[in-house]
This record gives sequence, structure tokens and C-alpha cells, in this order.
Amino acid sequence: MTGRLGANVVQFARLLRRAGLRVGPAETIAAQEALTQVDIGDRAQVRIALRATMVHRREQQEVFDQAFSLFWRDPNAAKQAAAMAMLDGRPDPEAKKAPPASRRVAEAFAPKPSAPQKPAEEAPPEAIALVASERERLQTMDFEAMSAADIDAAKAEIRRLVLPLDLQRTRRLRPDPRGQVIDLRGTLRQSLRQGGEILEIARRRRVTRPPPLVVLCDISGSMARYAQILLHFLHAVANDRERVQIFLFGTRLSNVTRQLRHRDPEVAFQMVAQIVPDWSGGTRIGEALEQFNRLWARRVLGQGAVVLLVTDGLDRDGAKGLAENMDRLHRSCRRLIWLNPLLRWDGFEPRSQGIRAMLPYVDEFRPVHNLASLRSLIDLLSRPAPARDGSWRMTA
Amino acid sequence: MTLLPASVGETASLLAAQGYIADTELATTVHLALAMQRPLLLEGEPGTGKTEIAKVLAAGLGRRLVRLQCYDGLDLAAAAYEWDHARQLVAIRIAEAAGETDRGILGRDIYTREYLQPRPLLSAIDPDLPPSVLLIDELDRADEPFEAFLLELLADYQITVPEYGTIKAAVPPIVVVTSNRTREVHDAIRRRCLYHWVDYPNAARERAILASKAPGVPAKLSAEVVAFVQRLRSADLFKFPGVAETIDWAGALTYLDQHELSPGAVDETLGVLLKYQDDIAKIKGDEVARLVGEARAEVRQAADAA
Repeated sequence: MTGRLGANVVQFARLLRRAGLRVGPAETIAAQEALTQVDIGDRAQVRIALRATMVHRREQQEVFDQAFSLFWRDPNAAKQAAAMAMLDGRPDPEAKKAPPASRRVAEAFAPKPSAPQKPAEEAPPEAIALVASERERLQTMDFEAMSAADIDAAKAEIRRLVLPLDLQRTRRLRPDPRGQVIDLRGTLRQSLRQGGEILEIARRRRVTRPPPLVVLCDISGSMARYAQILLHFLHAVANDRERVQIFLFGTRLSNVTRQLRHRDPEVAFQMVAQIVPDWSGGTRIGEALEQFNRLWARRVLGQGAVVLLVTDGLDRDGAKGLAENMDRLHRSCRRLIWLNPLLRWDGFEPRSQGIRAMLPYVDEFRPVHNLASLRSLIDLLSRPAPARDGSWRMTA
Repeated sequence: MTLLPASVGETASLLAAQGYIADTELATTVHLALAMQRPLLLEGEPGTGKTEIAKVLAAGLGRRLVRLQCYDGLDLAAAAYEWDHARQLVAIRIAEAAGETDRGILGRDIYTREYLQPRPLLSAIDPDLPPSVLLIDELDRADEPFEAFLLELLADYQITVPEYGTIKAAVPPIVVVTSNRTREVHDAIRRRCLYHWVDYPNAARERAILASKAPGVPAKLSAEVVAFVQRLRSADLFKFPGVAETIDWAGALTYLDQHELSPGAVDETLGVLLKYQDDIAKIKGDEVARLVGEARAEVRQAADAA
């Protein structure tokens, strides 16, 4: 490999990293090796060689292709793209047509923006424990009515919540002296230590583990006042366990799992804010669910997943397509739990069109407007799922 | 055993000789996987020919195909190896009867290859057997712990058996991993593989595939079938038909003595193409009639132009 081309691959890898792809030294080395195996004069072959080694997911392919066509066109492209990114603020008819990936690539070419950072000033040391009566008050206070200080306290509470879903039996076994299954391999190994005499029979038992959890959370205007607290709840959930997928929706659906996985909630929320285009806008629940069913359901609802749907059910589209998509969602998961903040009012009746369309398809219907309701949700999730009988239960 | 192809062109013709019509992207990626001795991770919708690649490579290169179908709970004993416990127990008794009491010798004697029963993964890298193509099919159906088992195999083409030692392939197997994305395959696996997303083919390639896989289908019907299916893939459906469905459907229509598409026959055979009742209900009738009309018009125009 000529030194010049090798250096270019390294430069290109740097560009991809800044465009958000995870390209490490291993990928760069593999890419250089791949280039020795193809015809370097053939642009298409070079592109595929680099893509096969540097891209590991289909979602990254578009970003890669954009970056490739910018970077490998001519050496000044990087400067041009940087200039484009500077112009990005001005109204540009071309910019609207460009696919979203091109913006990410242009940003990667531009001078490095400061990564989302914690606010510089240190937060005051948090009150270690709440006075008992204050805690009591927080448990039942509606999220909507909370002051800033209350919200801070509630966040600290939420961080302490853990979500124990009912355990699922897997088909894996692990050693356990009181297990049901005889472990011949282990028994034999033990017997050899005793000169070939079997004194004890090794046993194994089935491993249980929590099922995957998928959260679909509404962040439209009518849910805005709960959004802050719910985001903290979702952040706690995302960092509490394996196999969680979290989606936000208003008029569009965004998967924010990777962002919310960041340990620091403030950094995580900034990253979420950057990729979610529709905070506090309208709601098209039917459309968002359709997107989920089409693009994600098969990928994340395997292995007996539990779905938490957080929405008030107030739909802008007059419940268009809602019933079909709820039906499909219900059939694709093991347990569908609807969390609705409107349920806090006693005597709530499902009068809205959207709510009526959704109700027949949920396994549980729960309030989610204060800490006490979050806690009772956690109790519910740790109980085994009741058998489906086709009707919903109101469990407040 | 045939030598590995030396260029992208040779790889493409190797696949073509076995009746697999690959686009240049796939041919390049396959060539790289062979040349760099890296596993190939193929993701894509069901019925786009991912599994077929491994079969074709095995046939074209004269290697044996070792196939591991993944499922939830797949463990080492079913995927890699298992000790033959019954025979080991008998061996211990015989040794005792012969007066052997040294534990070290006993351990050495019963943990030998003789008592190690190979399962697909071990068989694929067995240095005493001819080189192989290892197909790990539908990895997304297995659970995460199984992916962890695979890491050693995919990185170094070796398996470590605690009681015995490390078994390493004499000739690295050609490894093809497929996934339908019912679950995300872990990053650690992705990083060890070359990645390719197998998309639905365009019309020209789908016609070529159909001609190669279902040679008995009349040319006109085959062109209309492809035009119809291509339109169907841009319709508002939950699950699009794959190439495998196209081939089945063309075969079904031929079997029913159809020489060109007619809305009635399409309605009756829709179950070959679409596997969800919602989708069938949505398309059946008017929509089928419209799409058939469009497909036939397209084929007629192409014939006139030629």
C-alpha cells in the first residue's frame, strides 16, 4: 500500500468518526488491507472495500456513502464541505432537498463543535436524604404541579427506582447443587478427582432472566409537562438493565436508546435533544406506531418483549390507523402496558376517539402522574403477566 | 478443492457458474471475505438469498458445507462439541478393573479426541477434515450468550475445550453468518466480520435470477411476474415478498398453466407471495387489477422498444 493512500484512509476514518460512526484502528487496518485486494483504479470497488470493512450496520451506510463521495472526489472537498456547513444557517434551497445524512457529514467536516458537556458550574451537593414527611408529599404530588425543587427531589427518587420485570425461563442451564437437571460432564469431572468414583452428582438448573423491555414514549405538546420527569425515568430504566429499547414519538418516531445509555443524565438528554426533531409538537400516534411496527417491531420485539406505551392518547389525526396498529403491536409482543397520565382523575372515562381506539388492545392500563404511580407500576411489572383474555383491565 | 478466486471478476463468475446472480457490491464483499479470510456477516430481509451464498461458495470451491441453524437456547453441546459421557464412564470402569488408579493417567485417557463428539462448529475447523464453508444461519434467533461463544471461533478459527486443549483449523473455514434482524447482533460480532446488507434485487437482476432458478417459466410471464413484484415492493405493505417468493410464485403460475398475468389468477395465488392476512386483504381485488395492468403495460412497452 502506498503511503499516500494509507494516510488518506486514516484521514477518512477520522472523518467517519466525526460523522458519528464507530471506526477504530481495527477498522482502519482492515480497510487498508481490503484496498490491497481490489482494483484501486475502480472507484466502485474502492467504495465497497471501504464500506465492507468500516461499516457494521445498515443505518450507517447512507452516512458512509455521503462521506465517501465528498472525501474521495477531490482533495479540496473537505474544505468545500466545511464551507457548506458554515453556510448551513442561511436559507438554501438545495439544503432542504439534501438527505439528513448529508448534514451529519457536513457537520463532521466543519470545525469540531463542542461535544455536549455538563454545565460548567458544579451543582450544589444534593440533599442526601429527604425528610420522611417531604418524601410522603412527593409520592402523591402530581408531576404537573411540582416546583423546580420538587422536580429535583423527584429525580433523585427516580434514580433509586429499579425495575424488576417478571423473570422469564430461558433454555440455558447453569450449575446449581439443587438443580433439576443432571450434569453428566460436571459429574464425570468431579469423579476423576475422586479416582473415578462417583460420590456426588452435579446438577444444573434453568437460568431465568428479565424479558426485553421496549418503551414508546409520547413527547407531544400535551405530554410536555410530564416529559422532563419521564425522561429521567427512562434514563434510569435504560441504565438499569440489558435489552431495553427506548423510542420517543410526537409526529415522528426516534430511537434514543444509545443516547439515553449515557451514564450522565444531562449529557444523555442533550444528545437526545439533538436527534429528536419534534419536541412538544402534535401527536400522530397511529403513524408513529405504524413506523414502529414496520421498521422496528421485528427487530426489538423478539424473545417475549414487554412494551410500555406512555401517552395520553390524545391524537391529532383523529385516531387514523390507530386501531390497526395497536392491534398489530399487541399481537407482536408478550405484554402491552399503557401508561396514561390522564388517568389521575378519578372517574376518568375513555371518551377521546384515540383512547377508545387503543383500549381494546392493551393488557394493562395504568396511571403515570406521580411517584406513587411509578412505584405501583414497578410492582406490577415484577408480577408474572396475567393470561390474555382479550379485555383490558383498569388497575389504578 | 478449487483455489480461491484472484479478483472480483473471478468471484462474480464463480458465483454465476453456480447459478447465483450477484450484483457487483455483493461480489466485491464476498471476494474480500475470501481474500482477507474474514467472516462475512450478511443481513437482509428474509428470502433475499443470504443462505444461498454459503451453499454456492461450498459448491463452487469444492468445499464441504457445515451448517449451523441457530435457535434460542442453542448451547455449546449442540453447537460445538460434547463429551461422550457413557463411553467415558465405561472407560473408567475398565481402567479400574485393570488396576489403574493414577488419577493423572485416568484424566489423560478419557479426555481424548476419541470421546469428543464434534458438532457443527468443531467439525468446521477440524484439522483432520477437508476445508469447509461454515454457515451460521439466522444468528439473530440465538441468544446473546451464544454470540459470546462465537467470538473466539470468528477471530482465530479455533475452539478451546477446557479438558482437552485448543483445536485450530488447518485451513481457515470460509464463514458466512446470516441475520434477519429479529434482534440486533452484538457489536463485538459485527466488528469481526465484513458486513453487507443484502437488498431486494432490481428488475433486471431479478429477471436474471428467475431465468436461472426457474428456467421452465415462459419469458413473457417471467417478465410480468418481476414487474408485478417490483411494484408490490413499493406498495404499503407490512412485509414485502422476497426473491424466494418471486421464484415460488412464478413456479406456481406456470404450474397452473398461466402464460401471462391475469388479475383472477393473481388473486388466487396471492398466498404464495404475501404471508400476512392484512397485506393480502389490502391488495386483493382492485389493487391487484391495477398493478397487473401496470406490469403488463410495462412489459409490452419494453417488448415494443426492443
